[in-house]
This record gives sequence, C-alpha cells and structure tokens, in this order.
Amino acid sequence: MKKYTDQGKVDTRSGFGAGLVEAGRKDGRVVALTADLKGSLKMDAFAAEFPERFIQCGIAEANMVGVAAGLAITGKVPFIGSFAEFVTGRVYDQLRQEVAYGHTNVKIASSHAGITLGEDGATHQTMEDIALMRALPGMAVVVPCDYNQTKNATVAAAEWNGPVYLRFGRPSVPNFTPADEPFVIGKVYNLNEGKDVSIITNGHLVWEALQAAEALEAEGISAEVLNVATVKPLDEKAILASLKKTGCAVVAEEHNWAGGLGEAVAGVAAKSLPTPIEFVNGEDKFGQSGTPAELMKAWGFDAAGLVAAAKRAVARK
Amino acid sequence: MANPQELGRIASQVRRDIVRMVTTAKSGHPGGSLGITDVMTALYFSEMKHDPATWKRDAKGQDAFIISAGHLAPVYYSVLARAGYFPVSELGTLRKFGTRLQGHPCVTDGLPGVFQSSGSLGQGLSCAAGIALGKKLDADGTRVFCLLGDGESEEGQIWEAGMWAAHHGLDNLVAFTDWNGQQIDGPVDSVGGVGDLRDKWTAFGWEVIEADGHDFESILKAFEIARAANGKPKMILFRTEMGHGVDFMAGTHKWHGKAPSAEQCEEAMKQLEETLGDY
Repeated sequence: MKKYTDQGKVDTRSGFGAGLVEAGRKDGRVVALTADLKGSLKMDAFAAEFPERFIQCGIAEANMVGVAAGLAITGKVPFIGSFAEFVTGRVYDQLRQEVAYGHTNVKIASSHAGITLGEDGATHQTMEDIALMRALPGMAVVVPCDYNQTKNATVAAAEWNGPVYLRFGRPSVPNFTPADEPFVIGKVYNLNEGKDVSIITNGHLVWEALQAAEALEAEGISAEVLNVATVKPLDEKAILASLKKTGCAVVAEEHNWAGGLGEAVAGVAAKSLPTPIEFVNGEDKFGQSGTPAELMKAWGFDAAGLVAAAKRAVARK
Repeated sequence: MANPQELGRIASQVRRDIVRMVTTAKSGHPGGSLGITDVMTALYFSEMKHDPATWKRDAKGQDAFIISAGHLAPVYYSVLARAGYFPVSELGTLRKFGTRLQGHPCVTDGLPGVFQSSGSLGQGLSCAAGIALGKKLDADGTRVFCLLGDGESEEGQIWEAGMWAAHHGLDNLVAFTDWNGQQIDGPVDSVGGVGDLRDKWTAFGWEVIEADGHDFESILKAFEIARAANGKPKMILFRTEMGHGVDFMAGTHKWHGKAPSAEQCEEAMKQLEETLGDY
C-alpha cells in the first residue's frame, strides 16, 4: 500500500494558527476574533503581525458571533475562534440567524473538538458539533486530518464564499499530508486504493485508518482509505465510487452517531447503493477525563478498533 | 433635513400602511410598530445618511441600520418603501407566500435596505457593533443605528454587546430603545425586571440620551446629541406608547402580535390621515 510518513507529531490547532497568518497575508480583509482563547486557538502570531485586525471579544461568545457577522457585512472575512462546544452549541441560534440565514461570510474556527480534548472531561468534549453545523443550510463543514491539511484548509476557508465550520483539535497527532497540497473544500481525498473494504473517516482518525489499512494488508485484506475532510458539501460521487469498488465500509468519526459523517454516508448508500457499513463513533454517550490515547482506545477510534470494524464489515458482504 | 410637520405627515401614512399591511396579512405586530413610527420616520427621513439608489448591504459610505427587534418589521418595511427602497405596492405582500417581506426581516430574499436578518431577539446590537467596528477599520466615517426593545433588553447578549461596544469606544454606534414599557406577557416592570435603563446603560459606559418618541423636535434633538464623536456609543431611550395613533390600540400590550379585523382597520383609517397615498 501507499506509504505515508509521520513528519512529526503536532497539534492541528497550530496548523490553524499558521494558516490564519497565511490567509491574513494573502487578504487584508481577513480578521480574527476570539473569546479569551487567543493562545489556545494559536492566534498569537496573527495578532502580533496584524494587531489592528485581531479583535478580542472577552468571554462572550454570543456577542462575538454577532460582531463577526457585522464585520462580514462590511466586507471583512472574520474567523471566530473558540473551543468547539462554545462556538457551536453555546451560540447555535446566533450562528443560525446572524451567519447561516443570509449566508454571511463568517468562518468558525473550532478547536479542542471531540473526545481527545482529553483531561478536561465531557463539558468540553463536544461530540455533537458536526451534527449542529451540518443542519444549518449553506454551512460548509470541514474536518482536516493533520497540521498541514488544517493550515491549507484555513486558507481555503478564507477564500470560500460563505460560512465555513472548520474543526480541529488539541492533541499532537502525526503530520503526514504534503505541506504544499492546496485544500479543496468539497473534495474527498483517496489516500489508499483498495478493493475489499472502504475506511471512510476524517480528522486525526485518518492516520489511524492508514495504520489499520497496513495491518489489514498483512492479513490479506485490501482497504481503501477515504479522507472525507469536507462533510458538507459531501462529495457523494467519490463515496459511491468507493462503495461500488469495495462492497462494504467502515465509517469512523470522533463524533456522536446522530447527525455525523456516518449518517451522511449511510444516506448516500441508502439512496443509491445499499452497502453493509460498520460505524465507529461516540455511540450516544458523553465523554470522560483521560489521556487522548486512553480515550481513543476506549471508544475504538484507534487503529486496532478500526481493524476490528473492517473485519466485521467484510464479514457482512 | 425634513421639518417636524413634514415628518408628521409621513408618519401618518406609515401608520396607515402598518395597520393595512397587518390587517391584510391577518397576523403580525402592529402595536410596537405604531409606537416607534415617529422615531423610524425621523431616522430615515432626516437623520440617516443613506441613498436607496446606491444602497448595498456592505453599507460603504452610507449609514447602516439594524432592527434587532425584528418583529417591528411592519414599520421597517413601510419606512423603507416610502423612502424609495422598493415599490410601495409590495407592502401588500407582507407575510404572503413568495414575498420578500417575510414575517421577520431577512436578507436572503434580497429586499433592498435590509442589512441583516432578525427576529430571534437580543442579537442585533452585536451585529451593529461589528458593523461599527468595520466602519472604523475602513475609516468610512459613517454610522450605525440599531433599534432595540425594552423587553428585548432582558436578553443577556444585549449586555455583552453593550460592554464590548463601550470597551472599543464605538462612538459611531447609535442604539435606541423603544421604551414603551410593554412586552408580550404584560408590562415590562412586571415581567422581566429590566429596571432603570438609564442607570444600566450609563454604568455600561454608554452616553445615555432620553427623549419623547412622539415629539419630532425631541427626537431630532436626541439624534443630534448622538452625533458627538466622544469615544462613547450612544443609547437613546425613546419614551413611546405602544399602538400610538390609533385610540383602541394605544397604551396596551394586547396589540403586540395581533391583527385588526377589517372593521377595526376601517376605524383606524378614520384616525390616520392619508397623506402620501395608500399603496
């Protein structure tokens, strides 16, 4: 199978910080807002380089959403940054009315997403954000897989006409995609051609899927790995092409079952090509404190969990 | 600048529009709309720097207006149409299937003059503050106006926005409150405990101005004071009467969200002079 090299573990939020600086250099309209989480969102470099374009909003996320909408109305390209829970669930009505309704050009930078936020526990580990954002008409939902892709996706989000939800995380994870690969919103990245099972995932689970594919190959199972870095708009053709080729799939996501990538893929399959699919997700439970590695294992998000799911899928063919 | 008499004539027509629109739609919010009609008329026909012919949502070179209390759509639509943003004939489509005049203002249908969607309360002041900051960053030199309800001021986000706008010295932001003392479930004092808005806004670092929302000289004077470039956002508290101008609708919350019957509309028309021609 195709070889991917871990260029070193780094957090995807740092990819956002680097991408924000690059987007700011390319376009003077880009401004950044945060609700007292400048350091956590890695906005320090942007704030240092563009002090007049960095807007501190204090611990008042609802107001931050409205301020960003107002800035967007005047032609700015605002990124609002906070933890995933506080920039989705806490401000859902604000995002709905001020941003989505009217297609106002605000970019939502959502850090510390999913269970691997780790030790802070379930109040901060949102597993519902993708469902909330997918449900908003016209909202693009982007979940890049590593530092490089998060950086490039940030630049792409700035260039996209309309609201974007950009989800990334806190733990250091392998950085393996090309540094100079432009990110295309709406594209499925096929990282490994296979013929027996499709592993469909996004975020840092993509690396786990590649490890799982290697392990499966050793057992004679050829796994295709799709990085669905854009959950919405979903590239249905790429997913269907893979399902047609392999005849079964695993959809893995660091998110609850309801409203996530699994349901999106299942919807595509049900419409056009009913296919056995195994699902790996948050299973309608809240998270708990622990190290990212412990939580990944407990929820079956690691390579071992994906190998087991792939075997279940193949057995159903 | 229009004089108080001219503004009064426009306001009379706007009130006729409001009652007729809501009657035809068989639903909507006439009470608050009638109460803030004089202020909205003074804003659009005297104070605001705006040009319907060159209007764009980005508000470059023109003043912007955000109606945070989106249920006051009837007065907003009438004033926009009478100012020339779209044909007055369109007022008769309020709330009907396929209309650009949605039950609450929306930008997706491209109604000229509307900067932002509203209806879910408490959000508009934040958006207005964002526009004010955008104008400062662009050295645009124009201002932003924002209409709030006194009942709406029970929403916490209003106070987040208030704190933030003062912290950022947004003196190009002029908010005004429809201080009619009424909300859906009754008098504001009995429902929400908003308390003394003067003290609250002063404590939040705003310049507070009080005015009689049914006296054009008082309204114009308040807007004039609010022009000061003094580093503070402005809050004008307009004392108003819900349902003002129609005797059986005045001074009560009961017409907050209720449409008049055809007979009641006819009775209201007798009390409101037709000055600019009905749509």
